[in-house]
Amino acid sequence: MAEEIKITVTRYNPDKEAELKTQTFTIPYHNDWSILDGLNYIKAELDGTLTYRWSCRMAVCGSCGMMVNGTPRLTCSTYLNEFYPGEITIEPLANFPIIRDLVVDLTDFMDKLKEVKPWIIRKNKSDENDTSKEYIQTTAQMDKYYQQTLCINCTLCYAACPVYGLHPDFIGPAVIALGYRYNNDSRDQGKDERRKFLASEDGVWKCTVVGDCTEVCPKHVDPSAVIQRTKVDNATNWFFSFLKGKK
Amino acid sequence: MGLLKKINALEPLWWSLFGLGGMIAAFILPVHLFLHGIAIPMGWVSPDLLSYERMMSVLSSPYGIIVKLFLFSIISFPLFHAAHRIRLTIEDLRIGWLNTIMPLISYGGAIVLSVITIVVLFYKLS
Repeated sequence: MAEEIKITVTRYNPDKEAELKTQTFTIPYHNDWSILDGLNYIKAELDGTLTYRWSCRMAVCGSCGMMVNGTPRLTCSTYLNEFYPGEITIEPLANFPIIRDLVVDLTDFMDKLKEVKPWIIRKNKSDENDTSKEYIQTTAQMDKYYQQTLCINCTLCYAACPVYGLHPDFIGPAVIALGYRYNNDSRDQGKDERRKFLASEDGVWKCTVVGDCTEVCPKHVDPSAVIQRTKVDNATNWFFSFLKGKK
Repeated sequence: MGLLKKINALEPLWWSLFGLGGMIAAFILPVHLFLHGIAIPMGWVSPDLLSYERMMSVLSSPYGIIVKLFLFSIISFPLFHAAHRIRLTIEDLRIGWLNTIMPLISYGGAIVLSVITIVVLFYKLS
């Protein structure tokens, strides 16, 4: 008999039932199958109503983040062989409202993402539309923010962050990391504009340095370190503006 | 709760003291723990080196002020470090009522103990 593995998934359909349920499927085990392959097998062969997000299958799009045995992971780059012969439990990402089955509502994250203005801001607004200008950047200048450009907005860090779970107003790891990415881009001049948001009450100061965001980040963006660096920057700014007498 | 709001608005200050205290607690306190807690009891270092009489004469020497500032630093800043860490831990533990007054208790405590340290070092021992 071919090898098999059990996958338990969360089921939720608010049109039919108000409560979350779980359902266990037994699927064929293949050493080279990702968990996403397993979910696709369930959807194709066992139950077409199972709902989940996915797209690229190669850890680039950031759609397929789910709780795998309690840890936020990208299901496309997490393999069945990591758990076999044990069982796998798949739940929707923690800390977000659930829309259906394994799909969560990311509206809150998307709103915060817009707030941090993740694009190049110029003091002279006409620069932004002037395509004739060149902004030359050295490799060293690019190194300052390159690591944070790798963020794919998968929101695993939000699912891992206990502070976000406790205070949903906290602007959260990925958004701060993206603010940092643009703040440290030599072509950008929007640091002060972003500071209002990043240094607000729900900004970097809410972070209690748990560090789980960095642990779960599939692209090694290291949000935790970036949040602490943003704190240093904001504290320095605070002291200087305090000395200058403007609060 | 106006006072609590004001305390929370000083977050950059508390965090900076937290960082400073953390550095001291991580790099300087272990040296003292080693000296006082291990090296002297084990007899690797003569107890006379840090004897009461010797320390008092150091404090009253012209360089005493530097030693006093050093002692103040290794006592006061780690207190602020602890205050911030404990406050955040209480927050993570979701103890609601304690959470709201914790800034007052923790930072207030650190300030009071720092003031006592200053009084002892710069007034009682002068």
